[in-house]
Parts: sequence; structure tokens; C-alpha cells
Amino acid sequence: MKVLVAVKRVIDYNVKVRVKPDNTGVDLANVKMAMNPFCEIAVEEAVRLKEKGVASEIVVVSIGPKAAQEQIRTALALGADRGIHIETDEEVQSLEAAKLLKSVVEKEEPKLVILGKQSIDSDNNQTGQMLAALTGMGQGTFASEVAVDGEKVNVTREIDGGLMTVALDLPAVVTTDLRLNEPRYASLPNIMKAKKKPLESMSPADLGVDIANRLSTLKVEAPAARQAGVKVADVAELVDKLKNEAKVI
Amino acid sequence: MSILVIAEHDNSSLKQATLNVVATAKAIGGDIDVLVAGENCGAVAEAAAKAEGVNKVLVADNAAYGHFLAENLGELVAEVGKGYSHILAAAGTTGKDFMPRVAALLDVAQVSDIIRVESEDTFVRPIYAGNAIATVKASDAIKVITVRPTAFDPVAAEGGSAAVEQLDAVKDAGLSTFVNEELAKSDRPDLGSAGIVVSGGRGMQNGDNFKMLEQVADLLGAAVGASRAAVDAGFVPNDMQVGQTGKIVAPQLYIAVGISGAIQHLAGMSDSKVIVAINKDEEAPIFQVADYGLVADLFEAVPQLEEELKKVL
Ligand SMILES: Cc1cc2nc3c(=O)[nH]c(=O)nc-3n(C[C@H](O)[C@H](O)[C@H](O)COP(=O)(O)OP(=O)(O)OC[C@H]3O[C@@H](n4cnc5c(N)ncnc54)[C@H](O)[C@@H]3O)c2cc1C
Ligand SMILES: Nc1ncnc2c1ncn2[C@@H]1O[C@H](COP(=O)(O)O)[C@@H](O)[C@H]1O
Repeated sequence: MKVLVAVKRVIDYNVKVRVKPDNTGVDLANVKMAMNPFCEIAVEEAVRLKEKGVASEIVVVSIGPKAAQEQIRTALALGADRGIHIETDEEVQSLEAAKLLKSVVEKEEPKLVILGKQSIDSDNNQTGQMLAALTGMGQGTFASEVAVDGEKVNVTREIDGGLMTVALDLPAVVTTDLRLNEPRYASLPNIMKAKKKPLESMSPADLGVDIANRLSTLKVEAPAARQAGVKVADVAELVDKLKNEAKVI
Repeated sequence: MSILVIAEHDNSSLKQATLNVVATAKAIGGDIDVLVAGENCGAVAEAAAKAEGVNKVLVADNAAYGHFLAENLGELVAEVGKGYSHILAAAGTTGKDFMPRVAALLDVAQVSDIIRVESEDTFVRPIYAGNAIATVKASDAIKVITVRPTAFDPVAAEGGSAAVEQLDAVKDAGLSTFVNEELAKSDRPDLGSAGIVVSGGRGMQNGDNFKMLEQVADLLGAAVGASRAAVDAGFVPNDMQVGQTGKIVAPQLYIAVGISGAIQHLAGMSDSKVIVAINKDEEAPIFQVADYGLVADLFEAVPQLEEELKKVL
């Protein structure tokens, strides 16, 4: 079966994010960018399905500027077979990303679509669910286990109360949580091989999708900074402060 | 304006987060209806009807909603919600699961995890793990919004007397079925709304050592949380993870034990009123946000803490 994986180019999770002085956004100039960590988990899961003989082909898609091809190449180096780049320099919000992915789904007809649960830049946690609704598919969000069984997939989900398993008819959408797997690193030979794998590029207009934003960002501010407090000498002083100074116990 | 709040519950009791979301609806202004979708959830509907500020409670009681499957809830809420100006739900794993489906079915954007209401169409939300705070304006006719419950003080649970109306339309998308669930059983307060939280990180070394934290938590009437590293290592289950991609907490007192204070962890707890850090590394970033820092080996400090608390509580 064919698996489609959506990967997003975002700021590297180790980078200290700084808000621009003019409050229009965060400073992305000369900042290290990377594949969204949840998307790395999505790629890894697809590769494992292929290694198990469940998946036959892995197609990876990314929406974003020219440079997003780096993240597609990374996914190809990790084991994806083919890339699709939907190129735009505009900001693409979750609903529009879902619409673009829907047109790819209609063309590629994958049995399983794997996305990250959340982009670590927008922290939206929307695209997979929106794609599932737009394509009329079932969804297994925040997955910690994915088991394909014939025309169904069982997805174990990390929920507030613990774990929940749902069975979905294929095709279906899965979004990854942290415990689904531990992504591998790409080896040098595989990085070289990935350069020769097919990568097709298209524009949102080619797919007939209007990507105009529905949400406008009026301003972006730094959060109110917490002041570091005091160091206490020992546990007795700590308990005394909590009781008599902070009055929280 | 008319606002539809989707109740969060477990079919038997209304979760407090619903009261926080009703408070968000009040901040927006307008008539507030609450939709209770579940199975044998009559008691929840009664509780919702008593909440302060609620105009009407709509009840969709059917097996199709018993496990809150997003495919079914999405269709139901999109159908019921299309007559409203705003649709609100708590940004827990249930709301995060079905609300984007609602937005997509209505062809509108979703505003996720808001922490403040500026006006009927403008909301404030953290982005980049709380490293930046964005003010966003939604242009769609229907605003689909998930709310960070800890950012809004709940309305009173009692005092209201809303009318309760049954809905008979059943939406069963037929795309998914419930298989099973493993829910954490605990007599401790709910992590998301507890007044005190005691969390452990990789420094705890194993799951058994969390018993030390549980003893302290029980003295304080606290919930127990964890860092991602402690969950990944299998010390404790996933529902205890506090952070950007786990649970958001904002208790009166947060005690971080053997947690370094990575930005992704801080995203989930930095709105706590008082933060205590116990860590043997005086350079640990957690001390930059802690009101009270204790540089100590946790295996000595935590048992001492238990003893000292017994003396004063
Ligand atoms: C996409 C993504 C999402 C993430 N989401 C989250 C999230 O939601 N929540 C979260 O917590 N993390 C999250 N993380 C992980 C985060 O980046 C950190 O790796 C994690 O928080 C570290 O956990 P820790 O502080 O327990 O471990 P460490 O960073 O290893 O810190 C352990 C601390 O324990 C101290 N210690 C050790 N032994 C003792 C002792 N005997 N006595 C006292 N102190 C001791 C050490 O000095 C150290 O400071 C996420 C990461 C990514 C990439
Ligand atoms: N621009 C994009 N290109 C490819 N995939 C995306 C894009 N935006 C979102 N996604 C996918 O949707 C997931 C959730 O994103 P979000 O809804 O923005 O939090 C990501 O982890 C990706 O798998």
C-alpha cells in the first residue's frame, strides 16, 4: 500500500526563539531550520511500515519555500521513495495546508496518510484532522502505536486520561505523538542516494487551491518574563518560605 | 452573538474545563449554549444546566458519541454549530481531536489554544512553545476556537438554571470504532486543574522512585506530573507529561524535581503562581524560572521535604 507523509520545515527545536523588535513575528533570519520533530516521527513510522512489508511506496510532501526541499531530501534519505514539493513563499495556515494535501491525496490515493500531531512553530495541532474531514477519512490522532491489519488500521492514541485504541477503515489519517517511535538518523550513503530520488514541484495554483490566510496576526510579543527567585539553603527553609512567605501550603 | 460551548465530560460528570470555557464565552459576550454529546450523559447535562451564565443545554445522547470519536462529533458539532457565531471547546485531547474537523467541515479557520479574548474576533495565543505570544484576528463568519482552560477562571458550577433540550439527529460517520482504553486510575486531583503539582524528571532514575513524589503529593493534596524524558523512559505513563506537547498546568504551586527546565517543559508550567525547583545542578535552566530553588540531591531532599511537611501540615 502507498503511504503519504506530510513534513513541515520549521525552526529547529533547539533554537532560542526571539521576537522581532517591531512585533511582527519571530526572527527567522539566519536561524537553523529543520524538519518538525513530529514529522520525523511520521517519516520513521512510514519507513518501518515499508520495512515490515506493509507499505510498498512512501511519498513525502512538503508545502513551503524552495528551501523546504531540504526537508523532503532528508525524508528521502531516511527511506521515502519520492517527493512532492508544493512551493510557495506565502504563509500557509492549517486549513489551506489541509486543502493542498487533499488535492495530493486525490491524485496519489494513498491508503495511509501520516502527519505530525503539531507543528512546533504554530503549535496548531489541526492539519491532520482537517485533512481527514475534507477527504472523508477516519483519523487516529496523537498515535503511540499503529497496526495495519488488512483494510483496517488500529491506532493507539495518547489521550488526557491515558491511552485509547480506535479501529479505522483505510484509507485513514494518522498523526504522530512522541512515543510512536524513535526516529533514526540518515546515513551518508543514503543522503547521497536521496539526491537522485524523484522530486516533483508544483504551486498551490497548479492544484487550484486558494491559500489566502483566514487568520491575520496583528502582533507577536515576547512572553512576560519570570524573574528568577531565591535559592534556599535547605528543605526547612523551603517549607518555611512556602508556608509563611508564598502562603501556598 | 451566540456561542456554542462543547462540554468536556466522561458521560457521568462534567469536567471543570467546561466551566473555564464558559468563562471564555462570557469574555466574548453573547448568549451561551452548551452542547453535551455523549452516551447516557443525562447527569452531565444537568450539571451543565446549573453552570453560571448558560442559556440552554443541548443534549445529543447516543452510542455514536459514547467514546467521543472525532468523526462523529465533528459532523454533529458542525451541524449544530452552523447557527452560532463562535464554537468553543477546551484544548484537551478530545477538543484537539474533533474541533479541527468541525472547522474544516464549515470551511473556516480554527484558532487553537487561546489564552485571552481581545474582542469578538481577536484572540491571544502562545506560539513557538510559548516563546512568543500572538494576537490573531479571525475573518471567518464562524469562529472555531479551542481554549486553554488554565488561562480563564471558571464560572460558578452552581446557580444557573438553563433549559435542557434533547437533539435527536444522530451523526455516525461509520469511519471509526472504539476498541479499548486504558485509563489511569488515581485518587489524586486532575493534573490540569490541581492546585498543587509535584513533577519528576529524568533525575528520578526509575518509576519506583516516583513513590517518593507521590507521598509528598498526598500530603499536599497535589497531582503528580512528569517531564517528557521521564515518560519516554517509561518511569510513568504519558498522561502525566507536562509541557508544550503534553498537559498545560498553572497551579498555585509547582514543584519540579530532577527536571532541567527545557523550553518545551517550561511551556507547560511557567504560568504557575509559585515554582519550586529541586535539582543538583545549580546551572539547570529551571532555576531561571523558579521562585524558590534548592540545589540538592533529590534523593536526600525529597524525603526531608516529606518530613518537614508532616511537621507543618
Ligand atoms: C517536539 C518536542 C516536544 C517536546 N515536548 C515536551 C513536553 O511536552 N514536556 C517536556 O517535559 N519535554 C518535552 N520535550 C523534551 C524536552 O526538550 C526535554 O528533553 C525534556 O523536558 C527533559 O526532561 P528532564 O528535564 O526530565 O531531563 P533532563 O534534561 O535530562 O534533566 C534531568 C535533570 O535532573 C537533574 N538531576 C539528575 N539527578 C539528580 C539528583 N539525584 N538530584 C537532583 N537533580 C538531579 C539533572 O541535574 C538535570 O537537570 C519535547 C521535545 C521535543 C523535541
Ligand atoms: N506546510 C506544511 N507542509 C507539509 N506538512 C504540513 C505543513 N503544515 C502542516 N503540516 C503537517 O501537519 C502537521 C500538523 O501541523 P499543524 O496543524 O500546523 O500543527 C505537521 O506535523 C505536518 O505533518
